Amino acid sequence: MQALIPYIINGISAGGQYALIAIGYTLVYGILRLINFAHGDVFMVAGLVMVYATTSMPLYLSIPLVLIVTVVLGFSIERVAYKPLRSAPRMSLMISAIGVSYLIQNLAFYLTGGLAQPVTKPIPWISDMITIFGASTKRVTVVTPVLTLLLVVVLVYLIKKTKIGMGMRAAAKDFETAQLMGVKINSVISFTFVVGSFLAAVGAILYFTNYPSVGITSGSLPGLRAFVAAVFGGIGSIPGAVVGAFIIGLCEELIKGLGYSTFSDAFTFALLIIVLCVKPTGIFGEKVTDKV
Amino acid sequence: MSEKENVLRLENVTMQFGGVVAVNNLSLAVNRGEIVALIGPNGAGKTTAFNCITGVYQPTNGLIEFEGSPIVRAHPQGKMKKLYAGENAEKYLGERTIDPTPDKVTKLGIARTFQNIRLWKSMTVFDNVLTAKHMRTKQNVFTATFRMAKAEEKKIREETEALLEEQDLLKYKDDLAVSLPYGLQRRLEIARALATEPKLLLLDEPAAGMNPQETLELGEFIVNIKNKYDLTVFMIEHHMDLVMSFSDRIYVIDFGKLICEGLPQEVKNDQRVIDAYLGVV
Amino acid sequence: MKTEKSEKRRDTIVAIVLLMLLLIVMTIIDSVLPSYHIVIKVIKKAAVYSLVAVSMNLLNGFTGLFSLGQAGFMLLGAYAYAILSIPVDKRPGVYQYFDGGIVQFSFPEFFAGFLGDTVGTTVGILVALLIGGLLAALVAYLIGLPVLRLKSDYLAIATLGFAEILRAFFQWKNLGPLTNGSNLLKSYPDFENATSYIILIGIFIAVIVLLVNSTYGRAFKAIRDDEVAAEAMGINLAKHKRMAFVISSFFAGIGGGMLAMYMGTLQALSFKSTMTYEILLVVVIGGIGSITGSVITSFLYIASLEWLLRGLDSGKFLGISAPGIFKNGFRMAVVSVIIMVIVLFFRKGIMGDKEFSVSGIINFFKKRKLRKKTAAAGGDGGNE
Repeated sequence: MQALIPYIINGISAGGQYALIAIGYTLVYGILRLINFAHGDVFMVAGLVMVYATTSMPLYLSIPLVLIVTVVLGFSIERVAYKPLRSAPRMSLMISAIGVSYLIQNLAFYLTGGLAQPVTKPIPWISDMITIFGASTKRVTVVTPVLTLLLVVVLVYLIKKTKIGMGMRAAAKDFETAQLMGVKINSVISFTFVVGSFLAAVGAILYFTNYPSVGITSGSLPGLRAFVAAVFGGIGSIPGAVVGAFIIGLCEELIKGLGYSTFSDAFTFALLIIVLCVKPTGIFGEKVTDKV
Repeated sequence: MSEKENVLRLENVTMQFGGVVAVNNLSLAVNRGEIVALIGPNGAGKTTAFNCITGVYQPTNGLIEFEGSPIVRAHPQGKMKKLYAGENAEKYLGERTIDPTPDKVTKLGIARTFQNIRLWKSMTVFDNVLTAKHMRTKQNVFTATFRMAKAEEKKIREETEALLEEQDLLKYKDDLAVSLPYGLQRRLEIARALATEPKLLLLDEPAAGMNPQETLELGEFIVNIKNKYDLTVFMIEHHMDLVMSFSDRIYVIDFGKLICEGLPQEVKNDQRVIDAYLGVV
Repeated sequence: MKTEKSEKRRDTIVAIVLLMLLLIVMTIIDSVLPSYHIVIKVIKKAAVYSLVAVSMNLLNGFTGLFSLGQAGFMLLGAYAYAILSIPVDKRPGVYQYFDGGIVQFSFPEFFAGFLGDTVGTTVGILVALLIGGLLAALVAYLIGLPVLRLKSDYLAIATLGFAEILRAFFQWKNLGPLTNGSNLLKSYPDFENATSYIILIGIFIAVIVLLVNSTYGRAFKAIRDDEVAAEAMGINLAKHKRMAFVISSFFAGIGGGMLAMYMGTLQALSFKSTMTYEILLVVVIGGIGSITGSVITSFLYIASLEWLLRGLDSGKFLGISAPGIFKNGFRMAVVSVIIMVIVLFFRKGIMGDKEFSVSGIINFFKKRKLRKKTAAAGGDGGNE
């Protein structure tokens, strides 16, 4: 048991990071019914920007810069690649998302020369080593779940109480009717992408503090895992995404702890397939039926 | 009057969605060779009843028979055990549930059309009808791919051509189905249903969106195909002209419940029907 | 009627003539150029991509099932091919960490034993490829039942996940004696000439074309167009979807085997989801539901990537020299921008859902002529 403690701590931390990415998937899916395949790559870009920014400027500039660049990227992806396809079939939208993912990865390859960028100047304080329950780890491990829950609370408040949050809920319930009722659908969607990208940027800062380098495909796997978490919890539901993310993070680390690290991802996907087949709507999802 | 033979029989059919009872304890029968209409105000549960017959929905409770043998049978299960708000919950409790997929029902000889026309959009008029013949072909994927069943392929193509000829659609055969005018699309959908070689034809609002002249023509058309293909027709319709002049019997439902049944003249003068449906008087 | 039939006959004749021409050209190319020449490599790879893209199109384009498991099925075919065809005396070298592996058998060698070297090796390669296809088909059959009930994007993500599971599984240390774990498989035979690729893949694609135009192909299209109507017309959804899935995976498996053959070395790592995305984008650009579109795009895509646009990566392109911009990765960046433009602004792709045919082209020009004529006759005809 004692040997598993570091894995449990890491699992909770990973869960927090996945939760921050998963919310981006779940919000977008809730409104556009789109699996935003590019979200994992947005996360990767945030990591790359962090690597560049932290080495060349002080912290109070570099962190806002990471957040801003990521948010602008998420916003522009929606405007350029998804907005023109509002009336197109969902398949086109998904293809566009895959295309964007491909494009971002290739552009990143070009700009970085294809080499993984080492995290040379990790953000201080959160990357200090600490010891809890006899396991030594970076402080970020403890900070992550706390920060995640804090952000989720803020987000839920935003969605429940503000006007734009109401718009988001309306659009998620019924896109066309919301539009007819005067919800400014384009700003709502943009805002959704801004929120999603912001959280992904925070997630990236926390995630890559724990890693030695950022490569062009560093976003794919965490992205997919977070997506699985979102589906697991019931896509479209924020609490679902958060709970799902913590479960996925814990399971993954525990499997590593038991010595099957080759299968940690395979397990994630097996879980996904089982959930999809048994209860496609996830733990918290709502059932949708087609009308004949 | 000789004893009539039931083609379709519904017995205590109830369809409940969550707390909403869309079809409530519906029992009715359609006899061979008849044209029977199912009418009722919007939201009365007519299309839901059709969906139960064709296997799109599994009813919560009840029995449906086709040509004397059960094709659908159900009793409340799972969550519905507690929620069930209909009648006769115990009647089918001990019996085996039968829940066919729509293709199985079609295979037995029940074909349908849809309220909002559902043609195959990217296909031509010809292919729409030809594809509906697929179910009746005997070739497997191997013999079909390697063209080892040429005779059958030729046969279904000729049959399709004949069907289109009869419906006056042959001149459009290479046009995309969706490029046809609305009335012809309706007719094509009926032709496609006929291609499955049904014994019972279910028409879901065949005259929707038609003017009186077109409606009249449609009525004659339905009688014609009924006689020609030895069919029984069960239709949902709103156009009273069509219902009154072309159907042998009428069933009226409101809020999922059967409120009246009889000959067109009887139904027309029934106070319950007037209250529920022709309430405009 | 008559014109239609004669049109069809003309199309067939033209197609046969074109195929003969293609074969002659291919034989000439093969005899003139060495087998490592870039043109030969491009033709081989593009042919393999055509097959894989067409098999994906059968599922995504013709049946409307948005599956992203292509790389997984290719991986199965590739491994089956490699494992079954590495010569026995090379195995100790290939499986150096696993005592030469547990399979001590090679189909090409087995058949060469009694059919002679050339014929035997070819037959052995074909058998190994087919087994790869069958393996992929079998696995598709098994996972089809639960997975194919899922709707559009859920199906996509489940198949994507499944491919990732397969990849992890093949890299597993404990399977090493069979799969060589995460190490390379190599030394298996390959066809020297590109003509063999073209003939083989031509046959496979022809089979898919025949299938698509059969009554089953029509049933697939009916499911794509309107599932509810298809079911109401007696088409068994579960059976037909599974059939499309199995057949598509069979050809993906063969395609995977041939890709392994082309690459010369095989590693589970290369069958990532990016590969599926790449093939999907080829299908989209060619036109979802157009087989000729997929083939044409495969050739264009591979030719520009591997050959025509090489300069974009190495400093000099079309005579312009700009080493600062034209550096490693620029080629892929340019290609992916082009892909995005097509995805966004030419959503139907090169061919839409039409097929390339000679009469199609003739009709196109006839129509244009006619339009010009009517425009000229109408005088003002600028209203349209």
